[in-house]
Amino acid sequence: MNKNLKPAFFSALLVWAVAFPVLGLKLSIDGISLVVHSQGSFTISIIAVCSVLMFLRVLFDRQWSSVMGRRSDRKLIPPALSNYLTLPKTQRWVILGLVVVALIWPFFGSRGAVDIATLILIYVLLGLGLNIVVGLAGLLDLGYVGFYAVGAYSYAMLSHYLGWSFWVCLPIAGLMAATFGFLLGFPVLRLRGDYLAIVTLGFGEIIRLFLRNLTDWTGGPNGISNIPKPEFFGLTFERRAAEGMQTFHEYFGLPYNSINKVIFLYLVALLLALLALFVINRLLRMPIGRAWEALREDEIACRALGLNPTVIKLSAFTLGACFAGFAGSFFAARQGLVTPESFTFIESAIILAIVVLGGMGSQLGVILAAIVMILLPELMREFSEYRMLMFGALMVLMMIWRPQGLLPMQRPHMELRR
Amino acid sequence: MSREILQVSGLSMRFGGLLAVNGVGLTVKEKQVVALIGPNGAGKTTVFNCLTGFYRPSGGTILLDGEPIQGLAGHQIARKGVVRTFQNVRLFKEMTALENLLIAQHRHLNTNFFAGLFKTPGFRRSEKEAMERAQYWLDKVNLTEFANRTAGTLAYGQQRRLEIARCMMTRPRIIMLDEPAAGLNPKETEDLKALIAYLRESHNVTVLLIEHDMKLVMSISDHIVVINQGTPLAHGTPQEIRDNPEVIKAYLGEA
Repeated sequence: MNKNLKPAFFSALLVWAVAFPVLGLKLSIDGISLVVHSQGSFTISIIAVCSVLMFLRVLFDRQWSSVMGRRSDRKLIPPALSNYLTLPKTQRWVILGLVVVALIWPFFGSRGAVDIATLILIYVLLGLGLNIVVGLAGLLDLGYVGFYAVGAYSYAMLSHYLGWSFWVCLPIAGLMAATFGFLLGFPVLRLRGDYLAIVTLGFGEIIRLFLRNLTDWTGGPNGISNIPKPEFFGLTFERRAAEGMQTFHEYFGLPYNSINKVIFLYLVALLLALLALFVINRLLRMPIGRAWEALREDEIACRALGLNPTVIKLSAFTLGACFAGFAGSFFAARQGLVTPESFTFIESAIILAIVVLGGMGSQLGVILAAIVMILLPELMREFSEYRMLMFGALMVLMMIWRPQGLLPMQRPHMELRR
Repeated sequence: MSREILQVSGLSMRFGGLLAVNGVGLTVKEKQVVALIGPNGAGKTTVFNCLTGFYRPSGGTILLDGEPIQGLAGHQIARKGVVRTFQNVRLFKEMTALENLLIAQHRHLNTNFFAGLFKTPGFRRSEKEAMERAQYWLDKVNLTEFANRTAGTLAYGQQRRLEIARCMMTRPRIIMLDEPAAGLNPKETEDLKALIAYLRESHNVTVLLIEHDMKLVMSISDHIVVINQGTPLAHGTPQEIRDNPEVIKAYLGEA
């Protein structure tokens, strides 16, 4: 116990060091100068209680872990159920169920909820795309947001300068992003692991800075605004149509309701996400999907069998970028405005967090994680400045309890039938 | 006999100041079994790595059917029909035995993206053929009942056999086995011998192998090349090698 005394004191001190400046002090403006106040005795006493608890926790570390150890023998989820949940077949049914729900509920949901759901779907799309690169091919890409930006700016610029519609630009944006993925992938993909991560991180930033400084074309930091929303077979969802166009509500003889537009955007996002789901599901069962898996496991063996590692990695990189391009052009259409500030590194980090949190390689996991990652900060708005703190705490707890991610998936194995 | 399929001359490999392989020459005729032997650290595996493109040799020429292949990348050489196994088995451990065999057929499959996306008849046919070929070879190496087990859970001897089957899926002309009998029991070694003979007889494969099990080497090889400290020491038929005093000295040290 004496051995634990010193670390216990240190931990208690650490609680003070961390909590007091963050929670115990308050800044306020007095005239032109900043004044530091104490937060009052209640907060201070809470910190004191916490530090004492921490002290005892570390002091009686062995007793504590023996008690907890006995309890944690019982798993949170029984292994049989856990195994059942990670089977590809189960997850397919759950995804189907989710899709049905996703198709029906916006017609009953509130405007704000549908809007958030649309945002979630964008991140589902991005997560699924990055999942190809990170989860399936095992290439750590920290610059994924670059391709998202390429997609967004492709649509923004094509519509701004040439007046092309969303549905024409969508495949072009995907192709543009894929082309960028291909070109960037060439020099990058001979690197491995950490080095690859750093270089992709750099490329993501380069794309953003490039867009920011190409002022004549991209509007620099101001970005491009007034990007038109998608149309429904040539019908717009605005109150009044432009010259020679017709609006959705006039054509169908409905009263104008701005929620129609929101629901339509949601459905477009859902369509894109479903497309991504379908493609990835097929990819898993195609030779290229198997090759990604094999390459992740043993690159040397792959080369010895005549598989070209560069081509295989490049295909994963290009496909992943293509989905980011789709997501980007949809994002531009929904937002109506693109600026370089929407594509900072933190976006890449969030998308990567979705993939890792969901469980590498699992589509259902990505969907759940996207919901968690986007919805939680929205729900915790009332905790104002503490919400990022809670978010961080949640991530830490996640990694303690479910380090394999929310819902990892067992890969669908090819079976030999006898 | 038949024509020469692989001609290696003056092969050398230098790592900084260390000359690991120095002037090794090798001639392999079609459908021969050639063994590369030598004490530990003699540079046998380095020769293999040079031949299969994992190292770029510092000097010398490698002719496959008269065509120089030195300096080509590993996968390019593999596509020309030279495949190898590894001293420490390198299977895809998380994948099933069957999938290991499917991967090896990658470049014979229909890898068209849209064909796979929409499961066109051509794609289905190509997948079905791949399955059948995999099944055939699983049967040949007695692993059919383990087809759906992940490769990492197989016993060591089974993993060795699976690795050879995986090489055969690429439809090779030359198969290079790096210590195929290491860690096998006598029964498994006998099976291996039969398997190598079968590969040669029924699939016209030329076999080049590194092996320490002298009994195995002497019984299956047509030709033996001995390397010591990176330099060629002797070559000849098993009988010639057995009687060569130089070889005995290299293996046992001087009396």
